[in-house]
Formats: sequence, structure tokens, C-alpha cells
Amino acid sequence: MTTDAFEPSPKGDAAALKSAYAGLGRTSPIRRLRNNSAAALITLAFLVALSPLIAVLWTVISKGLGDFDPYFLTHSMRNVAETDSYGGIYHAIEGTLEQVAMTAVIAVPLAIFVAIYLVEYGRGRLATAVTFFVDVMMGLPSIVAGLFILAVWILGAHFQASGFAGTLALIILMLPISIRSTEEMLRLVPGALREASYALGVSRWRTIARVIVPTALPGIITGIMLGVARVMGETAPVLLLVGTTSSINPNLFSGAQGSLPVFIFGEAAQPEATAQARAWAAALTLILLVMILNLIARLIAWWKAPAGSR
Amino acid sequence: MTASDDAIVADPAPADGALNGPRKRRRGAENPLSAKTGSGDAVFAGLARGSAIFILVLMASIAAFLIFQAVSAISQDKSNFLTEFNWDPDGNNSNGVPHFGIAAIAWGTLTTSIIGLILGAPIAIGVALFITQYAPRRLGQVLGYIVDLLAAVPSVVYGLWGLLVLDNHMAGISELLHDVLGWIPIFATNGTYGSSYFTAGIVLAIMLLPIVAAISREVFRQTPRENVEAAYALGATKWEMIRIVVLPYGRSGVSSAIVLGFGRALGETIAVALVLSTNFTIVTKILEPGGNTIAANIANSFGDAGPVGRQALIASGLVLFVITLGVNYLARTITRRGSRKAVAA
Repeated sequence: MTTDAFEPSPKGDAAALKSAYAGLGRTSPIRRLRNNSAAALITLAFLVALSPLIAVLWTVISKGLGDFDPYFLTHSMRNVAETDSYGGIYHAIEGTLEQVAMTAVIAVPLAIFVAIYLVEYGRGRLATAVTFFVDVMMGLPSIVAGLFILAVWILGAHFQASGFAGTLALIILMLPISIRSTEEMLRLVPGALREASYALGVSRWRTIARVIVPTALPGIITGIMLGVARVMGETAPVLLLVGTTSSINPNLFSGAQGSLPVFIFGEAAQPEATAQARAWAAALTLILLVMILNLIARLIAWWKAPAGSR
Repeated sequence: MTASDDAIVADPAPADGALNGPRKRRRGAENPLSAKTGSGDAVFAGLARGSAIFILVLMASIAAFLIFQAVSAISQDKSNFLTEFNWDPDGNNSNGVPHFGIAAIAWGTLTTSIIGLILGAPIAIGVALFITQYAPRRLGQVLGYIVDLLAAVPSVVYGLWGLLVLDNHMAGISELLHDVLGWIPIFATNGTYGSSYFTAGIVLAIMLLPIVAAISREVFRQTPRENVEAAYALGATKWEMIRIVVLPYGRSGVSSAIVLGFGRALGETIAVALVLSTNFTIVTKILEPGGNTIAANIANSFGDAGPVGRQALIASGLVLFVITLGVNYLARTITRRGSRKAVAA
């Protein structure tokens, strides 16, 4: 960063301008002061923004490491009192992974088809309406998605709380994210590829399935993984729909299931230091999972970037 | 859409045998160029179209089911749903007679989000300016990624941090603020601090910051190079250039980013539910503990809610839905007006 009044970024121009500028006299002190204080304020804003990230990560790591060990990851909270110092989150990890995996299995194909419709087929009123409602879904508060499944699935159809009920709400949250990112990636595929394929007599759907989607695939995967990371941390809808249990329940479709975010929410509200320690360790686990997904997604994007633009 | 569709779908059968060969081998005996291909196309188009229609049906049914349950709850409400402060849909304090209303929690939702916006938006714009205008290009990309990480942290973790770490420091900060600004009514207190709208506002500010920063960054990055050079050529300092070129250019984009961030803050549930100490009054002193928001109330009251209680929570969720819908519509209008202006200019 520089406080120099003249800093157009192309290097050659900067030198030329600077020499021209030398003959023009100085910028007035007040303007220079204003310029410098603006630079200082903007830099300060950046540092202020960075501080909560560092503070949150630091506390989660330093407080979370206390309970974070193999025992914690492989045992459940069955028959563990809040005041006990042992206990673990295996049930919550298993529940969250199952719910998120099922969410991806259902939401991803649906999202890809909607995106294909919008990019390849969609003209006229239906496409406009879908684009509009995907926008609306983007802004849908996660708790409202939870309430919707509550109204339909539990109050309406009289199903019990289960991991799958949570999955349904997560699908609603994941759909718009995946549709939007897939749509953007499909739009980046050069039209020439499409035309070349048609010119060879390949039918429309084969062109899409064999040429267009594979070309955009790395970008699509990146978007989907970011979406998965996003829904993995969702607490509110899962809280309403999955129920609470301290035991391991591998069955997604029946009975209350554990969930990592809901576990953190529950333990955080307890006054006992032992419960709070578990909350921090679970938060560390959740952040690790989310960050690993994020990292893999970015790596794919970075790695495969040349393939996407060929 | 049909005209362009048919043009390509209609004749998938080239007479060229060279193209036929390899396909035949892959597909076995079946001839890929017969009517099969046409039906494949129809199935595929149908799937895509069906998925698109499914989205519409989904949104329509979300609205329908929420309205149905909400109306059922509101019709049992013995208070005015819009003006009542208290939340007692199962009648725990009045012999089973439901009394509930969203006045206090809707107030809390708006107030905490506005505090979050006032604290977070200027910093977010500063971050976007720093990344696009001040930091070297390479470094800017890395810094942008780091700010994006803020958005990846799950909200429950912010809630945990806000409750167990930030709130312990809030007493001191709030007291300082009270000492300096206590003559303004909203900063007055009865001597207790923490778990307040102010604390919730700070957590919301942290959460909406990456959204506003990310969109503003994209907008600032698109500032036309010529305008920047022109400002420098006229002798502008860097800050003057930002003020006369970058900020006006990005105004509509940044406004819509701020509104989108506001929408995110309105719907934020878990972090606020953890941080705020619940009560159902219209809190006007933002440093004192107490208050509630629509979303936090749903998370906190759900566990104990009876049949009417659940429907009442759905009714409040519908109100939240309508508010965020309006806010997002506003954001889109701002963007559209901005792009139209850009085209005109």
C-alpha cells in the first residue's frame, strides 16, 4: 500500500506521470492530509474486519483442542451427564454427514437440471419465473425453510422428527445456491463448442450431457461443494426438524438424529464448563469439516481452471 | 422456445456413416439415429423443464402451507397479532387462552439488523476499497479469499463465540459507550450491560460483512479504467479519485449489497438466539440486556411449543418471510435501476 498521491497501477505510466508531475508543484497539504487519512481509515477498516475472524478462529482452536481427541470423535453422549468431562460427538458427526450427503444426492441433480433448463432451454415466461423464484429462495431465511418442512412434513403429513425431515429443509437451502453456481458455469461454456457438436449431427441432449456439462464440470463441482459446506453449518432448520438425541442413530428415516450444529447450540446454552468445553471441541470439528470442503472446492477450481477455459 | 428447439431437435439424423460407426459400437446393436434420439431429447428436455416447474411448485407450496398454518394460528389468537408484545400462544399464563403478537419481536429483528448494518456496512465498504484500490493485485486476491472465509464460518460458531467470549467483554465496551454517549436516550442504561441488542448487532455486523464486502468488491473492480486515469490526469489524489470515480460508479451495486446484507441479518437465527437474553418488550435502550427477534424466538420457543404454539411460530416465520422478500425485492430494484442508468450513460 502506498500513500503517494500518484499511483496509477501500470508501472510505465506511473513513471511517466511522476516525471510530468514533478514540474507541477505540490498537492496542497490539506488534500494530502485527506488522502492519507482516507488511506489510513480504509486500512483500519480492513484490519477491524479481519480481527473477528482471527478472534473466532483463535478461540475455537485454543478452547476446542482441550476436548478434541479420538475418544471425543468416536463416542456419543449416551448416558453422559452435562457435568461429566467425557462424552463425544460421534452421533452428531454421523447425523450431520448423513443428512448433508442425502441433501446433496437429491439437490444436486435437481439443481443441475434446473440450471440446464435455464441456460439451454429456458425462454419466455417460465424461465423468467424460475429465475425470479430462485432469487427469492436465495434470500429465504434458513429458519423459514425449517418452518415450511415443519408445516408440510410434520404438522401436515404427521411424520415424526427425523434426519430426513432435516434433509428436506437443507435441500430447499441448497437448491438456489447450486442452481445459481451451475447456471453461471454453464453460461461460461463457449457457444462454439455447442455449435460444433450440433454441426456434427449430435442431438441436443447428447450435446448437453457429453459436451457442455463435462466442460463446465470443475466449476459445477466447486459450486456444489461450497453449497454443501454452507448447509453443513445450518443449525436453525435442523433444530426444528431432526429432534434431539444423545445416542447414535444411523437411520436417517426414523427417530431423532444427532447433528453437529444443533449439538453446539445445545451445549453452548448450558452453564457447565464441561458442556461448554464440548461445545468448543464440536465447533472445532465443524469448522474443520467446513474448511476442508471449502479448501477442496477452491483447489478443484484452481487446478481445473485451464480446462474450463479451453 | 419451441421454434428454436424444433430446429435442432427435428433432424438429428445425418446420412454420414462415419459418425454412425463409433456410436453403434458403443451402443451395441441399437441404432442411435432412429427415433430413439428424438425421444431421448424429449425425455431430457422434459426432465429439465420438469425440474424448473418443480421449483415453482415448491415456492408456491411454501407460501401456501405457511399461510394455511399461520391463518389457523392467528384465528385462535385472542390478542391482536400485529400489536401484541407478549408471546404466549399456548396460554401458559392465561389458562390456555392464546395471547401472542409480533410487535416486540419484529421490533427486535429490525433494530438488531439496523445496528448490525450501521456497524458492519461501512467497514465492509472499507474492506472492498482496500482490496480493490489499495492492496497489490495478487495480495488483494488472497485477502478477498480470507474475507470470504468469514462467510464460511457457520453461524452457530459465531453464536458460541458471541455468547462465551464477546459478551464477557461487552460490559466494559458498553459502559464506555454509556459514559461517552449516555446523554443520548438509546445509550442510557439501568446499570446492567451485555446480552443486549448492541451485542447481537455486533455479531450480525460480523456476519453481514463478508456478503457486503464480496459484492462491493466485484462492483468496484469493474470501475472503468479510463475514468480512473482521467481522474488522475486531472491531478486527483487517490482518495479524490475514489470519491469522484469509484464510489459514484459503484453506488447502486453497493446499495443493493447493503440491502442484501440487511436481509441476511434479518433472518439470522442461531447466533442471535444464543447471544440475546430473551424478553418480550420493545427495547429502546440498546445497551441493556433483553429483547428478542422473530427468528431467535422461533429457535428458543420451539422446544416447549404446543400445537398452537408451533402454528404461531409459523405465523411469525411468515412475517419474517414477507419482510425479507420485500428487502430482497428492494435490492433487485436498486440493481436494475443502477444498470439501466449505466446503459443510459
